[in-house]
Amino acid sequence: MEIIQEYGTLLVIITAAFGFFMAFGVGANDVSNAMGTSVGSGTITAKQAIIIAMIFESAGAYLAGGEVTETIKSGVINTVEYAATPEILALGMMAALFSSGLWLLIASKMGWPVSTTHTIIGAIIGFACVTVGPHSVDWGSIRNIIGSWFITPVLAGIVAYGIFFSTQKLIFDTEKPLHNAQKYGPYYMGVTILILCIVTMTKGLKHVGLHLSGLETTVISLSISAVSVVLSRFYFRSRIFRHTMRSGTFGAVEKIFSILMLLTACAMAFAHGSNDVANAIGPVSAVVSIVDHQGQIIANSPLAWWILPLGAAGIALGLIVMGYKVMATIGTGITDLTPSRGFAAQFATATTVVLASGTGLPISTTQTLVGAILGIGFARGIAALNLTVIRNIVASWIITLPAGALFAILIYYVLSAIFI
Amino acid sequence: MAVNNIFGLFAHSPLKPLQQHSDKVTECCSFLVQFFEYTFENDWQHAEQMRQQISEAERQADSLKREIRLKLPRGLFMPIDRTDLLELVTQQDKLANYAKDIAGRMIGRQFSFPAEMQDEFMRYVCRSLDATVQAHKVINEMDELLETGFKGRELTFVNNMIQALDDIEDDTDQMQIKLRLMLRGVEDRYNPIDVMFLYKILEWIGVLADQAQRVGSRIELMLARS
Repeated sequence: MEIIQEYGTLLVIITAAFGFFMAFGVGANDVSNAMGTSVGSGTITAKQAIIIAMIFESAGAYLAGGEVTETIKSGVINTVEYAATPEILALGMMAALFSSGLWLLIASKMGWPVSTTHTIIGAIIGFACVTVGPHSVDWGSIRNIIGSWFITPVLAGIVAYGIFFSTQKLIFDTEKPLHNAQKYGPYYMGVTILILCIVTMTKGLKHVGLHLSGLETTVISLSISAVSVVLSRFYFRSRIFRHTMRSGTFGAVEKIFSILMLLTACAMAFAHGSNDVANAIGPVSAVVSIVDHQGQIIANSPLAWWILPLGAAGIALGLIVMGYKVMATIGTGITDLTPSRGFAAQFATATTVVLASGTGLPISTTQTLVGAILGIGFARGIAALNLTVIRNIVASWIITLPAGALFAILIYYVLSAIFI
Repeated sequence: MAVNNIFGLFAHSPLKPLQQHSDKVTECCSFLVQFFEYTFENDWQHAEQMRQQISEAERQADSLKREIRLKLPRGLFMPIDRTDLLELVTQQDKLANYAKDIAGRMIGRQFSFPAEMQDEFMRYVCRSLDATVQAHKVINEMDELLETGFKGRELTFVNNMIQALDDIEDDTDQMQIKLRLMLRGVEDRYNPIDVMFLYKILEWIGVLADQAQRVGSRIELMLARS
């Protein structure tokens, strides 16, 4: 108790720094997932991608990031166990943050595509086991979380397969693909925007003080998406747009899809921001809540106002510092991925991630995207996928939980040696 | 920083190198027209130069073939079967080999067709080369096939192209019969070994078209397995 009172402000400052470090890792690590396909297929430049990703990642983190934060903060472990020793929980959360940031940095250096979500959950489990003991871990919700790691790739795969199949039926496998792309393209855009709107409004706008009823949300979302359908319909038929089209049977069709892909990339950045920012700010908010309440552990404390912007800023900085290089590499690498595939994969990923974060499950964007890409592969839409890379990705998923736990335990002992 | 992203998942498409290989092979075969023009004029020096060009193109096709094989490890997940693809490359590569063989044999013997057969023979060569060009066109449709997920209209379209390839091959068979009759009419005037040689060359030009047809049927098989 004395520690909390004595060092309260210091603890909050250190935690905020650790949280920022972790958010930086999130931004740096997953940046390519959202915008990579758009850059890779030549729709936008690396610089444009960074700017767009920054806007939508921060918007997602700020507007829709609250839900999952709660799960990271109090869903993984039973915080009541720490009622007598809140300083241990505080130090543990700090250890978890720092170890996750560290593991992400190591993984980034080594080129392992690890999940930020897995890392933080592993870390939290790690310190919980060595402090109060394994019984404080809420294994039931862990099971749900782990279950979601298997379900989301499958779900994303099925959605991607369905979207791909529908584009084939409606556009590619028809007499006049371009005509049909102009006809149906706006509707794909409408659906994407509808999902984006509903999620933003149901989850996000609480933070900025807007309270809308379910009916209002539906009506507003529907009207925004209807407007976007009409606008894109005009745009796809306008002379300016036709001017930019490439030649070839499907070249012009792909041009339309590249617009749609850009939109889904924004949706993905938004979804990623809303889901993964929680990994960084969940522990921060736990520590802040403990300090603010003089050591009392309150289950559903409101988020301090500065925490979400902190996470959003960390992600944005990570994007700027590390993102550019990654984007530039991708820009020269994968041109085999056409916009229609990119669209299907991203649409499926964004939808799945957004739905999952609506239920409060922290899922991995990377896993979801892999699932979506495989779904399109099964629909025979991609020239060649490297299955050995999938094996490596799966291996890194498995190793991340224990690695995060081990780092957290080590750092927890270091921190407790300093403060206690 | 090592690139940490899932885009390692996307392997290089084998379709692009396949098309490059097809480009090279078709180019290699197309040299035969000019080559035969020179042999008709008994200009063996220029013919030899053409033979060297054919030989060079064949060599380049060979190295493209090797590259495709090396870039197709087992762990790839593709919409088409790996063994089918490798077999297709092998068959396609034989086109260039045959073109090289034909030129080599002509140069070795330095004997060409009698003047009265030359026009008809040239039509025959061109028709055979049409078959290789048609096979090349089918290979170039692979991009569009991938776009449509190897299904639907595009698949029918490609199958029709392969049908057309079969028709071309039929034509060359008819032309070969006609040319053999023509040669039989004038064969008494020439050395029997030379005549045997010309019969052989007629046969080999036909083999070129046969081989193009085989490329087409490999593609057909590859697509039929879905």
